[in-house]
Amino acid sequence: MTATVDAPTAELGKARLRKEDAKLLTGQTNWTDNIKLTGMLHLAFLRSPYAHAKITRVDVSGALGQPGVIAAFSGADFAAEQGSLPCAWPVTPDIVIPPHPPMAVDEVRYVGEAVAVVVARDRYAAADALASIDVDYEPLPPVLDIRTALDPGSPKVHEAGNKSYEWVFANGDVDAAFSDAPVVLERTYRQQRLIPCAMEPRAVVAQWVGDEVTLWSATQIPHVLRFALSAFFGIPEQNVRVIAPDVGGGFGSKLQVTAEEVLAVLIGRKIGKPVKWAETRTEGNLTVHHGRDQWQQIKIAAEADGRIRGLSVDLLADMGAYLMLVTPGVPLLGAFMFPAIYKMDAYSFKCTGVFSTKMPTDAYRGAGRPEATFAIERIMDELAAELGIEPLELRERNWIKHEEFPYTTICGLTYDSGNYEAATAKARELFDYDGLRAEQRLRNERGDKVRLGIGISTFTEMCGLAPSRVLGSLSYGAGGWEHAAIRMLPTGKVEVVTGSSAHGQGHETAWSQIVADQLGVPFEDIRVLHGDTQVSPKGMDTYGSRSLAVGGLALVSACDKVVAKAKIIAAAMLEASADDLEFSAGRFSVRGDPEASKTIQEVALATFAAHALPEGVEPSLDSDATYDPDNFSFPHGTHLCATEVDTETGFVHIRSYVAVDDVGVVVNPLIVEGQVHGGIAQGIAQALYEEGVYDEAGNLVTTTLADYLVPSAADLPSYRTERTTTPASNRLGVKGVGEAGTIASTPAVVNAIVDALRPLGVQDVTMPCTPERVWRAIQAAHGQPAQGQPAQGSEQSGGMA
Amino acid sequence: MTHITVTVDGVKYVDQVEPRLLLVHYLREVIGKTGTPIGCDTSNCGACTVLMDGQSVKSCSVLAVQADGSDVTTIEGLANGELHPVQRAFHEEHALQCGYCTPGMIMATTDLLRDNPHPTEEEIRDGLEGNLCRCTGYENIVRAVKRAAEAGVTQ
Repeated sequence: MTATVDAPTAELGKARLRKEDAKLLTGQTNWTDNIKLTGMLHLAFLRSPYAHAKITRVDVSGALGQPGVIAAFSGADFAAEQGSLPCAWPVTPDIVIPPHPPMAVDEVRYVGEAVAVVVARDRYAAADALASIDVDYEPLPPVLDIRTALDPGSPKVHEAGNKSYEWVFANGDVDAAFSDAPVVLERTYRQQRLIPCAMEPRAVVAQWVGDEVTLWSATQIPHVLRFALSAFFGIPEQNVRVIAPDVGGGFGSKLQVTAEEVLAVLIGRKIGKPVKWAETRTEGNLTVHHGRDQWQQIKIAAEADGRIRGLSVDLLADMGAYLMLVTPGVPLLGAFMFPAIYKMDAYSFKCTGVFSTKMPTDAYRGAGRPEATFAIERIMDELAAELGIEPLELRERNWIKHEEFPYTTICGLTYDSGNYEAATAKARELFDYDGLRAEQRLRNERGDKVRLGIGISTFTEMCGLAPSRVLGSLSYGAGGWEHAAIRMLPTGKVEVVTGSSAHGQGHETAWSQIVADQLGVPFEDIRVLHGDTQVSPKGMDTYGSRSLAVGGLALVSACDKVVAKAKIIAAAMLEASADDLEFSAGRFSVRGDPEASKTIQEVALATFAAHALPEGVEPSLDSDATYDPDNFSFPHGTHLCATEVDTETGFVHIRSYVAVDDVGVVVNPLIVEGQVHGGIAQGIAQALYEEGVYDEAGNLVTTTLADYLVPSAADLPSYRTERTTTPASNRLGVKGVGEAGTIASTPAVVNAIVDALRPLGVQDVTMPCTPERVWRAIQAAHGQPAQGQPAQGSEQSGGMA
Repeated sequence: MTHITVTVDGVKYVDQVEPRLLLVHYLREVIGKTGTPIGCDTSNCGACTVLMDGQSVKSCSVLAVQADGSDVTTIEGLANGELHPVQRAFHEEHALQCGYCTPGMIMATTDLLRDNPHPTEEEIRDGLEGNLCRCTGYENIVRAVKRAAEAGVTQ
């Protein structure tokens, strides 16, 4: 009996080793591609080799006689039932949302779009038979550069034209801020297209039994997917079960309702057998939604002392060929983040969403905030250089001081907490900022061939997505709440059901720690269940660093209800008034009589027996809660990067990287540190290595991990991470950490590269900063004055107004 | 079809396979060793790394017929009643998040430490260059390899 177990010490803040690890370390995992069902058939998709073409004929009959082939279909076979893949974020009333059939019927608009499918007894047979399908295409001109896609003469991706939407926001008198400003700088930055590359490729299994379907998918969003299959594809919601088994990373790429998921469900129904599809990495690079891909025009007006007067941002965002689940909304998540931690009088923002004949873009780690943070942190360095103010000093002159919180920004967001001075001071010290600056001066004076650069990123982000009323005001198609349920088992053990579906984040461990504290039960006695709509029927899933700041708070609310119920029953057991009981560390005791007490486990057993419950009290402690946050959370931090840049080869070596993050109260420091490490790596990858490249015909060139350079251990530095803590204004004081590192690190690295080369006249290097690009930027700037000189790869203008 | 005999995690398997069948598909689809995952189709990611006669190989780059007569160890056969020191070090240093790269990373590490029982950080990073991880930024993987080395992994 567990009633005698000693109450545990506080779990919050303990570096618990993860519960998840045991099966992952020993290969006892249940990835979707591991699933084998009796009679299961395999799918292989034939995909468009053209960026843009009319489909004039598809003949799948050749595949039908091939060994092992059961069936083959083209888009026309699904025309009556396949509908359109959903876009849940119509950001403006007049947004153009073109039809997006899961399988193309008469026109293809990006390389990789599915045009036919083979169903066969094994995956080799399915893949073999693809060669026997005939498709006739009539090529149309591709649309590959969104900067010219809105020109009147441009070919059109869709009949309605290439503009999807224009979204604007402004606050303050922007004209006044710029009109007589002593300094105005304008820059154009390129956010290259990225490919998320979660290590687990997507996989789907669909099984129909009667009119009920079970879909296993490597997804971040089982609940959203269930809703979508019902709302948009006509399968009654009560008949849809979605299971996200073990999922190998997502980073936003599995926050999607995909063509292959929908088609697997439809094919499974047609065939009457379970079907599986597991993508290859090449298919994944082609057809998992991409990230970023923006041209950012940013303009800043400042006083001579560096104080910011106003900021103006004009984005061109590449939607790709269609709008997927949250495609148009991603740049808007950044709209509120360009002003970042800085005070200013006026701000204007415009984003134009433009179609191209490329894979659609959508959420990728940070989703809009990395882009915004990059642009503001880059131009802050340019402003510092322009004014001859030390860049950390310039930031401090402009940032919100710690005593000014809560602070409502020019965007109308209320930052509840933060201390930029503390994080920066700690980062400076760990980094030996002054020592490195001294070394840099010396090396510049000597004219070293390998220059030292120091990059700064004093970032914040908005996470904990999201207050439902705010999402509503932004025309988002759903709420931002999260659900949790607590089941007290008769033996005093606890099952925790969360609607936040983890795929590497360590929820089972962190959620156990939270519940252990709230209920006073041992960490080991708690099991966390998630990722199956039949087990966890309600949830909004995992993205936007929301799990802890929203889902964690739902846990606390559910635990409150358990304790409230248990208190009434404990009072009856102790023959005391519930008002006289206090609950601490898992034990209800009578005030003033510590001997008279019952543990929550004893109450659980008594509730199960239900022999002597007070009149009208139901025999259950189980409780659930749905928590809707009343604000975002705002993690922040100071990241400092030192790069050694070889001016003869253009090679960039990261010499040291220091990250001081303030993510509020930390549940598990081990998990938080891991998230920061991985986030930094992904941001460095954008700065130095990764770019999804299409050629002039619209073929994706970077289809493999040989061409798309996900960095290895040999390509990345060691990171030094520390924290400061200003609690958020929610009950746990937590902010979220999933995206912080990625948001912070990209500008830190590029600022360091430009800082190293600024004495040579370089003002920018376009990402990814490959040796060739760095070298060319140096050559382009060679012999030119240090200011006002455009560097290769970006368009710039500016200078003293 | 070709007749092969392969010992996998201590069990001898006798099968008829297509000559083109990849070892990783043999492991996963034919004998059910799904602990070894597939992360790419160009042998870049290393998720499918196993030991073949003691040497680490990417099992997507080996044909099942090439493994005829070989002794293969997968992640499922590494623990011997209790976690292998490399597995334990990965757990203790939080060197995994989603865990998809972990089987390959652990198998590659065991081979690395057999070749070089006391690697420097640079040798660890270079030695694991063929195994990609998208979650950890490698920091804790490097720490785990150091910890396993200190624990004296030699097998």
